[in-house]
Amino acid sequence: MTNLCADELSYEAGGERILDRVSLDVASGETVAIVGPSGAGKSSLLRLLDRLDEPTGGTVYLDGTDYRTLPPETLRKRVGLVPQDPALRGGSVRENVTIGPRLRGKTVSEARLSELLDALALSGYADRDASELSGGEAQRVAIARTVVNEPDVLLLDEPTASLDSAAEAEVERLLADLLADGDLTVVLVTHDERQAERLADRVARLRDGRITDVGTPREVIA
Amino acid sequence: MAIPDRLSDPVVVEGLFQVAAATALAAVVIGISSLRDLGLERELGGSFARGFVQVIAMGALIGVLFTIPLAYSGLLLAAMVCYAAWESRKRGDGVPHAFRISVLALGLGSAVVIVTMVAAGAIERTVRNLVPVGGMIIANAMKTNSLTLDRFQGEIESNREEIEAVLALGVPPERAISEFVTESVRASLIPVVDAMRTLGLVYIPGMMAGMILGGANPIYAAEYQFVIMGMIFAAGGLTSMTASLLLGRAAFTDAAQLRRFEATDPTLLGTVRAALDR
Repeated sequence: MTNLCADELSYEAGGERILDRVSLDVASGETVAIVGPSGAGKSSLLRLLDRLDEPTGGTVYLDGTDYRTLPPETLRKRVGLVPQDPALRGGSVRENVTIGPRLRGKTVSEARLSELLDALALSGYADRDASELSGGEAQRVAIARTVVNEPDVLLLDEPTASLDSAAEAEVERLLADLLADGDLTVVLVTHDERQAERLADRVARLRDGRITDVGTPREVIA
Repeated sequence: MAIPDRLSDPVVVEGLFQVAAATALAAVVIGISSLRDLGLERELGGSFARGFVQVIAMGALIGVLFTIPLAYSGLLLAAMVCYAAWESRKRGDGVPHAFRISVLALGLGSAVVIVTMVAAGAIERTVRNLVPVGGMIIANAMKTNSLTLDRFQGEIESNREEIEAVLALGVPPERAISEFVTESVRASLIPVVDAMRTLGLVYIPGMMAGMILGGANPIYAAEYQFVIMGMIFAAGGLTSMTASLLLGRAAFTDAAQLRRFEATDPTLLGTVRAALDR
């Protein structure tokens, strides 16, 4: 169980301020949704939380430890990001799901793989060609690819944005099951306020790179 | 023969007609590029014209060049490496430290081969042998370096999301891009490997043909040609592998973040400005 704390995070790129002193405390096992219009800086915030970009100001604390003091590989294993675009590689579902451990020289047992695929409604998909998956299936593979690392914190970037309504409902249901245990600390970026309401314990509204509201879904989403 | 006398030699005038024929063929290529809106006319035309001016200037000066002391030929080859790196870096526009990496890769690949082959006696310790053969090795290594840069930039840019998705899993940067680095090396060595595969069957190099026509033992001429090809092969391979190793590192920050490849001003002034900004 890990607490994640963004402290005055700022980010500038191309002379433009994308995020302006964003502070956000996510308690262990809590799910916080970030909502806001396109271009508000939601995806940039997730990238900073995983240190895929370098903050131009502020930092992030993981259980009180400044994340800049952690080796990037250790940090990203603990804080897993599921990108909006699954960006799967060529090869089978098995190869994609196990790519993280494999490229770090670790193996994933067949039992663990089956358990994960079952949890994400991908039973029997292990040997399927990843390039032939539907959008919803690819998104579920991307989630499995991150979860196989057993992260403490899960960062989800618009997990259902590019899916049709049936696939969206299925991915959301599976995510709800995954988050129900309360073992994971989650930051969910979504443009869909109803989804935020359904999945999150708290919601933060981001506008023009600043957090304007934080509270329970009922307080923030009118 | 002095330079003005050389220029008025009838054979030079005759050569101009041959140059005109070659230029006409190049113009056809440039014309087709224009008709098909490929937008390559400036690059093709510019490189063709530059090549002509440079090789004629070298032809006029080569006699003088061969009179310099042997010790200076090392400096001359080093200058050639720097200039080749300067041209080659443009193929990886936006790739961090493309010039520095090109200097190191070309310098290492060429130096190892030239020093080894001088020690083995395959390259004579004379300016008239060292400079042209060294230049040929550097020029071929430059082609490989340019292809490595071009392919590396293309592979990383078109697979950026995929690479970052894997980085986000805690995979070390060098593992996250290893398949794209391998692809860059493989693609850059295609011309060298194909030339080796067809050597003697399709590709009958000019140097070997010239040696045979000049009365050399054909088997020795073939052996020497193979030595030349081996030098090009080794220099290209070493250059590509060095460049890809350094590029793989330069693509990431110390915090294992994939850098953005921002297009730069390729002029000398632009490069100086970028260096000062950094």
